[in-house]
Amino acid sequence: MISCGIDGGARNTKVVILKDGKIIGKGMALTGFEQKVAAEAAINVAISEAGIKREDIEYIVATGEGQKEIEFANDTITVVGADTIAVNTLFPQVRTVIDIGAEEGRAIKCDEKGKVIDFAINEKCAAGAGTFCETMARTLEVKIEEMGAISLKSTKSIPMNAQCAVFAESEVVSLIHAKTPKEDIANAVHSAISDRIASMARRVGIEKEVALVGGVAKNIGFVEALKKDLEVEFLIPDDPLFITAYGAAISAIDKVSS
Amino acid sequence: MTREYWRWPESRWTAPNKEWQGAKIITAGVDVGSVSTQSVILVDGELYAYSSMRTGSNSPDSAQNAMKWALEGTGLTMDKIQYTVGTGYGRVNVPFANRAITEIACHSRGANFMYGPTVKTILDMGGQDCKAIHCDEKGKVSAFLMNDKCAAGTGRGMEVFADLLSVPIEDIGKLSFEIEEEPSPVSNTCVIFAKTEATGLLKQGWSKEKVIAAYCSAMAHRVVELLQRIGMEKEFAVTGGIAKNIGVVKRIEKEIGVTALIPKLDTQIAGALGGALFAKALVEKEQRG
Amino acid sequence: MIANYGYKDGSGEWFISIDTDKCNGCGECVKVCPQTVFEVTQDPNDPFREEPVAVVSDGHRKKIKYTCNTCKPVTNRPPLPCIVTCKSKAITHSW
Repeated sequence: MISCGIDGGARNTKVVILKDGKIIGKGMALTGFEQKVAAEAAINVAISEAGIKREDIEYIVATGEGQKEIEFANDTITVVGADTIAVNTLFPQVRTVIDIGAEEGRAIKCDEKGKVIDFAINEKCAAGAGTFCETMARTLEVKIEEMGAISLKSTKSIPMNAQCAVFAESEVVSLIHAKTPKEDIANAVHSAISDRIASMARRVGIEKEVALVGGVAKNIGFVEALKKDLEVEFLIPDDPLFITAYGAAISAIDKVSS
Repeated sequence: MTREYWRWPESRWTAPNKEWQGAKIITAGVDVGSVSTQSVILVDGELYAYSSMRTGSNSPDSAQNAMKWALEGTGLTMDKIQYTVGTGYGRVNVPFANRAITEIACHSRGANFMYGPTVKTILDMGGQDCKAIHCDEKGKVSAFLMNDKCAAGTGRGMEVFADLLSVPIEDIGKLSFEIEEEPSPVSNTCVIFAKTEATGLLKQGWSKEKVIAAYCSAMAHRVVELLQRIGMEKEFAVTGGIAKNIGVVKRIEKEIGVTALIPKLDTQIAGALGGALFAKALVEKEQRG
Repeated sequence: MIANYGYKDGSGEWFISIDTDKCNGCGECVKVCPQTVFEVTQDPNDPFREEPVAVVSDGHRKKIKYTCNTCKPVTNRPPLPCIVTCKSKAITHSW
């Protein structure tokens, strides 16, 4: 059976196509201002990677902020639900899932069957999500992909006072003017966001093992900072950005079989 | 050099036909804000001079410069000022101040002087914060909140928009009414997300004016919610930099159904004025023993 | 005076309110708070008040939503120590 999950994220739209539960194609497109266009683009990439035809897909489940606009989907699932299914499939020993996307952060507590017990969400404020890192990277004139590696070179921890991403931008500018090394600023940015994510995660209670997913899991500087804050090691899937879409695709199989 | 779209002009003022010579009490208030610094000089409790200028990178210097500018051409010198109160975000960094008092207390007191005892609710929208104050007829604070964590509802938030749209900040208010129909407000509170939303609206073909209107109305809605938390009571006054933005003020008035009091003075000096009034009260208290 | 410390941002309203007319400055809240959110000082917003009063300290005001998380788990939330301990009932939380 061929199933498909599509995650209309705030920054990127991700598609995963499964054949009997195994990934055969992935696709991604910038969401931009037209979710529908992005969804089409992402699914076409995944289809061509999978070497199948559109009509071969039996069932499509959409998730993410833009799920309502993805009209070709047969059904929808919440991000929390999709994340948990995906992580439970990959790492059944996980009891806590932390998902940090561009505009939202989530901490989920689940049982051994992948059932959600509790969750907390940070939303509608850039301070608690990937956008915070992105905005600071832009101010530092550093590529977001490089932020992590740069921050790991830091030897000094400096505090960031601003919470709001807009005020933090000004603070970063002042630090640049004060000739603070880029690596120390990047480090401060990661500590600041990690502090907020850790605090949110503690509200659901950290129980081992802990999985870290979402685009921000690719930022090794942030991962290190969060590791220190929560005093745990993380299980990070190979492609943390596609986890929610993967979960949606697995849920599509369940929907058809039930 | 790129044009700065977001700063308010600097200004200074001296009372015509007023002498400081022979005065009993001369006091000052200095409000070092994140964006601008004001100093006010009171001669026997009456407004004598003030200045409003940009805050530099260093708070003590900004305080000093604002004082010097207010004193300019008056013949009055620092040593004749008996008591100075520092207020605002940089209040502890005013080297010549005798005491620091929060901007909450100073704004309330200053607004009471500017608008009279009928003012009960004060909204102060500064460069990096937003304050809502409820006070009694003497200008004593009865409830307050200050939001300096989030840029939404502050001058900085408006600056981000002015910059995005390449519109001078002093034109925002006027432009926000150059629309055919009031659009629905920008839905995101977070300035970063609102900026993305606005970019999307422009792409959809919205005019700059329409986007400005949508943001002014979002900002108005946000501060009305803050006013509701402290209890909105007539009469109502708006101070701080955004008081000059009619696009926001008119929309607040519409939402709460109350017209803001018309200021007799530059509303930006409310904090410094309150500081100078506290300075006078404190001198009198000392004199009484 | 109702002193509201905290903020409202896109994610919600996060205020700790202290009724300074009820607060007697006893400092019990300072002792019980695991995050040392409170301090007892001269009233910063009333230069003429003589008695000390509890305030939310500066360092916590801009991140109170996060600071208070330790006392606010998603489920099985226990009564908040600061509220329970305050005999004058001067402290409230908006969330």
